[in-house]
Amino acid sequence: MKIAVCIKQVPDTEARLRVAKDGRWIDEEDLPFAINESDEVALEAALQIAEKQGGEVIAFSLGPERVREALRKALALGASRAVHLRHEGFAGGDAIATGRALAAAIRREECDLVLTGSQSDDNGFGATGTVVAGILDWPHAWLVMGIEVEEGARALKVTREMESGLSEIFRVTLPAVLEVQAGLNHPRYASLKGIMSAKKKEIAEVSPGDLGLADSEVGLAGSRLEVLSVAFPEAAAGAQILTGDGAAAELISKLKNEARVI
Amino acid sequence: MAKVCAVLQQREGKIHRMAWETVAAAQQLAALSGEKASAVVLGSGIAALAGEVAALDLDSVRVIDHPLLADYTPGGYVAALAGWMALDAPSTVLFPHTYQTVEYMPRLALASGAGIIPEGLSFVAEGGEVIWKRPILEGKMHARVRARGTGPVLVSLQSGAFSADSRKAGQASVSAAEIDMQSATPWREILGVQQMGGETVDLTKAEIIVAIGRGIGGADKLGPVEELARLLKADIGASRPVIDSGWLPRDRQIGSSGQTVSPKLYMAFGISGAIQHLVGMKGSSCIVAINKDAGAPIFKIANYGIVGDLHEVIPAMVAALKQA
Ligand SMILES: Cc1cc2nc3c(=O)[nH]c(=O)nc-3n(C[C@H](O)[C@H](O)[C@H](O)COP(=O)(O)OP(=O)(O)OC[C@H]3O[C@@H](n4cnc5c(N)ncnc54)[C@H](O)[C@@H]3O)c2cc1C
Ligand SMILES: Nc1ncnc2c1ncn2[C@@H]1O[C@H](COP(=O)(O)O)[C@@H](O)[C@H]1O
Repeated sequence: MKIAVCIKQVPDTEARLRVAKDGRWIDEEDLPFAINESDEVALEAALQIAEKQGGEVIAFSLGPERVREALRKALALGASRAVHLRHEGFAGGDAIATGRALAAAIRREECDLVLTGSQSDDNGFGATGTVVAGILDWPHAWLVMGIEVEEGARALKVTREMESGLSEIFRVTLPAVLEVQAGLNHPRYASLKGIMSAKKKEIAEVSPGDLGLADSEVGLAGSRLEVLSVAFPEAAAGAQILTGDGAAAELISKLKNEARVI
Repeated sequence: MAKVCAVLQQREGKIHRMAWETVAAAQQLAALSGEKASAVVLGSGIAALAGEVAALDLDSVRVIDHPLLADYTPGGYVAALAGWMALDAPSTVLFPHTYQTVEYMPRLALASGAGIIPEGLSFVAEGGEVIWKRPILEGKMHARVRARGTGPVLVSLQSGAFSADSRKAGQASVSAAEIDMQSATPWREILGVQQMGGETVDLTKAEIIVAIGRGIGGADKLGPVEELARLLKADIGASRPVIDSGWLPRDRQIGSSGQTVSPKLYMAFGISGAIQHLVGMKGSSCIVAINKDAGAPIFKIANYGIVGDLHEVIPAMVAALKQA
């Protein structure tokens, strides 16, 4: 089976965020980046399927130069090749523009299955994988918590998370796009051997033109959603913040005597 | 002609709680241009719902009733709503930001030539344009966004962003929308629904919950938390990453995919306060947050907070409780 995995590089969850000078996005200077959490889970799922069924895993990422590091990591973990959608024209895309570009790159590889994360930790559209599916005209599912390849590898049994702890089970035929949710598996760590062999693997760079896309179809130019500005939420009246060495004891006393909840 | 429309999510003939929030938002958005909003409801055998929806201050309510819509499938919903959009030509369609909406809305956008704005929190009119606010970076920041270009826009609304109680009652005309579903493919064959990980712990009746997040750092760090919970006669709950990492079983998860709780005291240790967690606990009477990051969103809904390392704060709380 040939499996495509979409990997986005996002600010590390622990990163200190600052607003960029122009106010339109966060300042990326010195910002630590990591692979989006659910994308790492998607990669792990792809590797497990390929190991069982035979086949290969190809990692796709759209982003600036720094994204190479994320793709390198995917290669170290076991992907056989990587495709880097790298061009200024791709920048600032919404889920539709980004999904369109990824779909065009994936189409060239004739994959049987596409795995993506369910939601990026920065934009949080929860939509890019669905757009990929829509453009390829393949079945898809969002918030996937279980994947079972059926006999003959023509269809998958998929478990999708629903609200309040329920899940739905259904069958989809291949080719398909599945957007996986964190918790589906525990991603592996890269081995030294993996890291060494990743250095020899190919990262192909592609531009909109290579994908047969016009500049007006990708990035901000190809997007309907435009970010005007970003900001930290206004400080709410919010919490009574207790400080100092005695904070814990003071908290216990306030819960007893002020809030009367313990 | 009203061009703002709310999609009312229903399941087995019952309107979803968040659909009323969607109606309220649609009414407010339409009012910006002095118009009335409309609504559309889809399913199979849902004639009885029409009456309930007709008692709202809306221009019209469209009912799409088709056997292919008996169970939700993305293919069925996209075909039905794309057909309806071609018929009624709405300019803005509002949805509740449920797992169901998120799954099919982008595909409906492609099918109808629309743009999408996921997870709207609020809107303002500025210079003849509607500017939406939406969360980014897991709720740590907000972005102000607009829809550029032409064509309809689909916006999903975060749970609780608009108050259901603010919806206006009235009288709407109800009519069926006949959609050609010939070419609809459901894209999936539904086999069943199940409880994830078998719910055995019921946190909904807990009076005090000590909840831990990723900040706890590992299953081996649970000892002091358990001691604190024992002293307070509290139940232990957790955010999703704690469950996903296998540090606690799935039936301890609180949030949109887990349990919804409203104890008299909720203590959050090392939980950042992402919306998917907040929706499961914001009804608690007293909320305490302990987090080393003063900017963590959890402090916005907390009554008491300590900015500090939970590995120091928890033992100090245990000591204080033992002393008392
Ligand atoms: C569709 C969907 C459904 C979801 N459902 C749920 C759900 O049901 N429930 C849920 O909880 N989440 C859910 N999530 C995940 C949610 O978006 C967040 O990712 C999650 O809630 C974050 O958990 P957290 O706060 O524990 O971790 P993080 O966001 O990583 O926060 C960890 C916090 O710990 C603090 N910290 C670290 N070390 C220390 C220390 N030593 N002392 C004090 N503080 C420390 C950090 O400052 C940080 O604020 C869902 C996501 C999606 C996309
Ligand atoms: N720039 C990108 N490069 C590669 N994959 C992406 C990119 N943006 C989004 N994705 C994929 O789409 C998923 C959903 O992202 P989003 O729609 O932004 O929430 C992510 O988890 C990734 O798998």
